[in-house]
Amino acid sequence: MAKMHIKMTVNGAEVEALAEPRTLLIHFLREQLDLTGSHIGCDTSHCGACTVDLDGKSVKSCTVFVAQAKGAAITTIEGIAGADGALHALQDAFREHHGLQCGFCTPGMIVRAYRLLQENPDPSEEDIRYGISGNLCRCTGYQNIVKAIRAAADRLAEAREAGQ
Amino acid sequence: MIPSSFEYHRPGSVEEAVALLGRFGESARLLAGGHSLIPMMKLRLARPEHVVDLQDIAALRGISREGDTLVIGALATQKEVIDSELLAETCPILREAALLVADPQVRYCGTLGGNVANGDPGNDMPAIMQALDARYRAAGPEGGRHIAARDFYEAAFFTALGDDEVLTHVEVPVPPAGHGAAYEKQKRKVGDYATAAAAVILTLSDGACTSASIALTNVGDTPLFAEEASAALVGTALDEAALAKAAGLAEAITRPASDGRGPAEFRTRVAGLAVRRAIATARARAS
Repeated sequence: MAKMHIKMTVNGAEVEALAEPRTLLIHFLREQLDLTGSHIGCDTSHCGACTVDLDGKSVKSCTVFVAQAKGAAITTIEGIAGADGALHALQDAFREHHGLQCGFCTPGMIVRAYRLLQENPDPSEEDIRYGISGNLCRCTGYQNIVKAIRAAADRLAEAREAGQ
Repeated sequence: MIPSSFEYHRPGSVEEAVALLGRFGESARLLAGGHSLIPMMKLRLARPEHVVDLQDIAALRGISREGDTLVIGALATQKEVIDSELLAETCPILREAALLVADPQVRYCGTLGGNVANGDPGNDMPAIMQALDARYRAAGPEGGRHIAARDFYEAAFFTALGDDEVLTHVEVPVPPAGHGAAYEKQKRKVGDYATAAAAVILTLSDGACTSASIALTNVGDTPLFAEEASAALVGTALDEAALAKAAGLAEAITRPASDGRGPAEFRTRVAGLAVRRAIATARARAS
């Protein structure tokens, strides 16, 4: 089957490539762009390890064809930190609050939490738990993941206040 | 898991999409949010040679009110249904049910049109649409037509929609002000389909039920409109006897599979319980 021309923005940079339409976005990111931060966990749209941000939506990139993402703006875990390498508040908070054990779910958790905090900058514990219910942690480290996301929300709020 | 190869199409209008379906027939499948089709393609249970992605068709988007009808574009996502103030005010059962569909990521992609058109008996919205007496607007080579949700579902994954038709809108009659509604869904975990679920919509006057409709999810090959159970509530005070009668009549029409969600007898029982609970909640919400 003929390859198609794909143009999209990934982590702020324009990307052009040829790919078969059936290529799944996660494979495109990992194998053609060498962005291996997003993980393949269940490969059945349950676990959320492959979560990326696509045009302002958290999506499971194992269940999106690269053809669908033509023209889209995508952020992966590699694009969450600042351009100078400074960790995002979420990354810092996950480190500080032991929000990761084996680390496999972490890229998906952080990218999902990134969108959650954009939509709801002051989430309750319940909001956070509901908001990350599409992400599984097989270490069952949810307590600290929830704490880390709440701590990041506080830190981002402080930064906004300081900036005003 | 890699799906088989296909040619990808992204039409800009409903007419173009219908033309593509006409050209490729059964070898084409429509792609909306993709969260039913793509998993099937990855398992190679579906192997379309042509995938027609609807995402660029602006006419399929949006949620609006036209007179006494809520018109929801087929590409409205579950997330957009949840965020719609119009739907929250006029028909809150849609938001309640959408919040129980899959998980947050899936709800950003999954569409209302896909959910009702796919014919998967596990999907939640078809029973809601039957309870609401909604109808679906379809576009085909001969023009447009409407199909009532209560007439749409023929068997698992078989519907009244033709191979050359696109379901473009869901039309929901605005329920009466003061109605009470509830969707009671029993599921094993986030992201699972219902073990059994019930949608109930009713109206009250001086404590007596003046209208009621009940529909069931995932306890048969299709969603089930529980016509007799609905009728059994009208004229009653929704007391224990009425609840028991409606639950019994609803249980009687179920034909669930025995599977990982439990043996058939259990799922029928859960359906009856869901009906009771949904009636009680809807009654408390009605004014």
